[in-house]
Amino acid sequence: MNLDAKIPQGPLAQKWSNYKNNQKLVNPANKRKLDIIVVGTGLAGASAAASLGELGFNVKNFCIQDSPRRAHSIAAQGGINAAKNYPNDGDSVHRLFYDTIKGGDYRAREANVYRLAEVSNSIIDQCVAQGVPFAREYGGSLDNRSFGGAQVSRTFYAKGQTGQQLLLGAYQALMRQVNEGSVKLYTRTELVEIVLVDGKARGIITRDLVTGKTERHFGHAVVLATGGYGNTFFLSTNAMGSNVSAAIKAFQKGAAFANPCYAQIHPTCIPVHGEFQSKLTLMSESLRNDGRIWVPKKKEDAEAIRNGKKKGADLSEDERDYYLERRYPAFGNLVPRDVASRAAKERCDAGFGVGATGLAVYLDFQSSINRLGEDTIRERYGNLFQMYEKIVDDNPYKEPMMIYPAIHYTMGGVWVNYDLQTTVPGLFCLGEANFSDHGANRLGASALMQGLADGYFVLPYTIQNYLADEIATPRMTGNEKEFVEAEKTIAAKFEKLLAVKGQRSVDSFHKELGLVMWDFVGMARNKKGLEEAIEKIAAIKKEFWANVRVPGTNDGMNIELEKAARLVDFIDMGDLMARDALSREESCGGHFREEYQTEEGEALRQDDKFAYVSCWEYQGDDKAPVLHKEDLVFENVKLIQRNYK
Amino acid sequence: MEKNINLTLKVWRQADAKAKGKLETYQVDGISVDSSFLEMMDILNEQLINKGEEPVAFDHDCREGICGMCSLYINGRPHGPDDDVTTCQLHMRKFNDGDTVYIEPWRSAGFPVIKDLIVNRNAFDTIIASGGYVSVGTGGVPDANAMPIGKPDADEAMDAASCIGCGACVAACKNGSAMLFVSAKVSQLALLPQGKVEAASRAKNMVAKMDELGFGSCTNTGACEVECPKGVSIANIARLNRQFLSAKFKD
Repeated sequence: MNLDAKIPQGPLAQKWSNYKNNQKLVNPANKRKLDIIVVGTGLAGASAAASLGELGFNVKNFCIQDSPRRAHSIAAQGGINAAKNYPNDGDSVHRLFYDTIKGGDYRAREANVYRLAEVSNSIIDQCVAQGVPFAREYGGSLDNRSFGGAQVSRTFYAKGQTGQQLLLGAYQALMRQVNEGSVKLYTRTELVEIVLVDGKARGIITRDLVTGKTERHFGHAVVLATGGYGNTFFLSTNAMGSNVSAAIKAFQKGAAFANPCYAQIHPTCIPVHGEFQSKLTLMSESLRNDGRIWVPKKKEDAEAIRNGKKKGADLSEDERDYYLERRYPAFGNLVPRDVASRAAKERCDAGFGVGATGLAVYLDFQSSINRLGEDTIRERYGNLFQMYEKIVDDNPYKEPMMIYPAIHYTMGGVWVNYDLQTTVPGLFCLGEANFSDHGANRLGASALMQGLADGYFVLPYTIQNYLADEIATPRMTGNEKEFVEAEKTIAAKFEKLLAVKGQRSVDSFHKELGLVMWDFVGMARNKKGLEEAIEKIAAIKKEFWANVRVPGTNDGMNIELEKAARLVDFIDMGDLMARDALSREESCGGHFREEYQTEEGEALRQDDKFAYVSCWEYQGDDKAPVLHKEDLVFENVKLIQRNYK
Repeated sequence: MEKNINLTLKVWRQADAKAKGKLETYQVDGISVDSSFLEMMDILNEQLINKGEEPVAFDHDCREGICGMCSLYINGRPHGPDDDVTTCQLHMRKFNDGDTVYIEPWRSAGFPVIKDLIVNRNAFDTIIASGGYVSVGTGGVPDANAMPIGKPDADEAMDAASCIGCGACVAACKNGSAMLFVSAKVSQLALLPQGKVEAASRAKNMVAKMDELGFGSCTNTGACEVECPKGVSIANIARLNRQFLSAKFKD
């Protein structure tokens, strides 16, 4: 397995320039002859498809929803980081790079992260030019705010709907290319297989979700921008349709899967309230700028609140434990997500949790409302407060919000080199679907930055370095044996799912998988639990193939069949996550092994043994994958224990 | 605290675009009022699957009111009986024990039914493709702070840009007009200096495309604004009309 990251020569700050100065380009006449498949229309996919179309390539862009604008990037609330230093508070490209590397607990590649920080400013310029309505000051300049874990104000935002506005910007750029004919769009169309010819990615097989028909599509290169795998847990903040299938197909075709155990558990989500629950709703991290997190100091009070005998607002100041401010005086309520999540779990496990289930902590705006007035709070967070009230039926202006951590984002993903190319030549991977920039923990407002960096400003360069050698490759028709066979295999797989005719629904299996993941591969993990998880996941897989019930046929729209096919891949993903978590005998970022913690309960890295990227290689169905390592070399930052005290 | 209700559902079932549809009656019992409307639909589907029947197909994705994928007429109202929410944010506490609830797809010429409660809204993408953007390519743009934009304009543009493209405005309109959708995009971009350059041609092209795709005319009933889950204002329609007329005069 070739795990050469292809980091360019030169000092850190010059690497990307050096790369661009020396890379191969494709001339305009040849661009017309080259086809690129882009799967996914989120921030990474839409921005890549639009930019590649503008350059003159023939682009085919696929999404499973009815419109590219529905991709789950749309739900990102808080903001997007950039090193503009508009507020003159000491920010720089280097500082953004450093914060991101440190925030990722030193488990990301220096060169990739530096490039991300470097192009961050261009993203803001681009979005403003597209008409993205970022928040502004009265003087007309862009407003910035500070965001989870950062000591500078570098986050640009559009109310609590930043993801929506950035995605609509990218979507509109995409639709402009659709209008011009450089991008052909396929909606309600799902990738079901990746086709390799002579070891290179040459196309995909898709399934039309309306007719059930499969189709063969050729591309000189295939780009996956298909998001993360948070829905392995069933309950997550991801959209219901978010799935890992494209990444798993890549894995099964020989692409290394990197750091699968790095999953981010977001501290501020609306708590779980019942078995019927279908998803978890995020309350933006920006709320922590003005909200204070606490639980009762006394267990009796916590119990009285759980039984409905007391309310949070009844407790006086000295009956409250603002545990983040107590434990982390320097960062207080703004500690990074992994730290805040674990602290909430620790308090609830110790018996101080509130809410009917005891699995919730308070996020209280009272002191901010007293200081700034209710109107200011409404202007900043009105849409979030409204969302909370509609779901919970409680007024957060009067009664503190209840929150609890939930699975939100996955830092791991398909392994890519500096070119964003996977270990399969011609197969590229962008955005949350790849592993490259966030290490073991992602900082707030960095996901939007990475998705757009990859799509607007990185891939349009790096893919040319690959395609320059492909100009002599003629278009394939889709009738080559590799395509025909891939299509046959897929048809057989769907028939097999329909033929089980068992007793249990797809969702019942997914929920079972989710519980195993949450209990054993969630916020705190240990050797025994992970070994148990691997066994339990294998048992779920066996039971699934013996007892799943998928009604209907493969002709026409069949939503249960779609879900069943995706669950097959989630089960494999769960196994991969557990194996990776078991092999990584340290705690770092979102991966917390109970065996490896400081006396104060903080994550304890083992840099001498685990400063590497875990790269898993597929060995066949029902065979354990094999672990390879890409060593992480740090030449510009010193590895220290993250300290937010 | 926890309260459960029983409901009779009348759900539109239609095998595919060409099939003749009809309302089927289902009973769901013990629904927690804390569950969302779509979680209630999940429970119905689980019930149907366990009986060996085909579940009801409906569109949904983010389930937090922002992707615009969910739709549904619920008792004749787009996105149901609550205000300022999408169907996915509607909760069962808005219903009473013993209620009969009618659940139908969007009914509009511009949105043909695909299956059961799912409709085809590709027309919205086609309208955006006809001009709902600033014609700027990636790269080569000025610094983001080079051009100041007054806060009131920026805020107003943001309000117009809140549209989630769900189609409730079209579904609510007796003429099946897409004017609120079109005007929201035209307004957002016309309010910003970056979008002003193409404001006239954008308005003209998007309206022409809307007409071509079979959406009706606007007769200012304001039904769209009432049902819009994001509170997009019909003041945008007035702004679009101004843009459109000035473009026509210039021709």
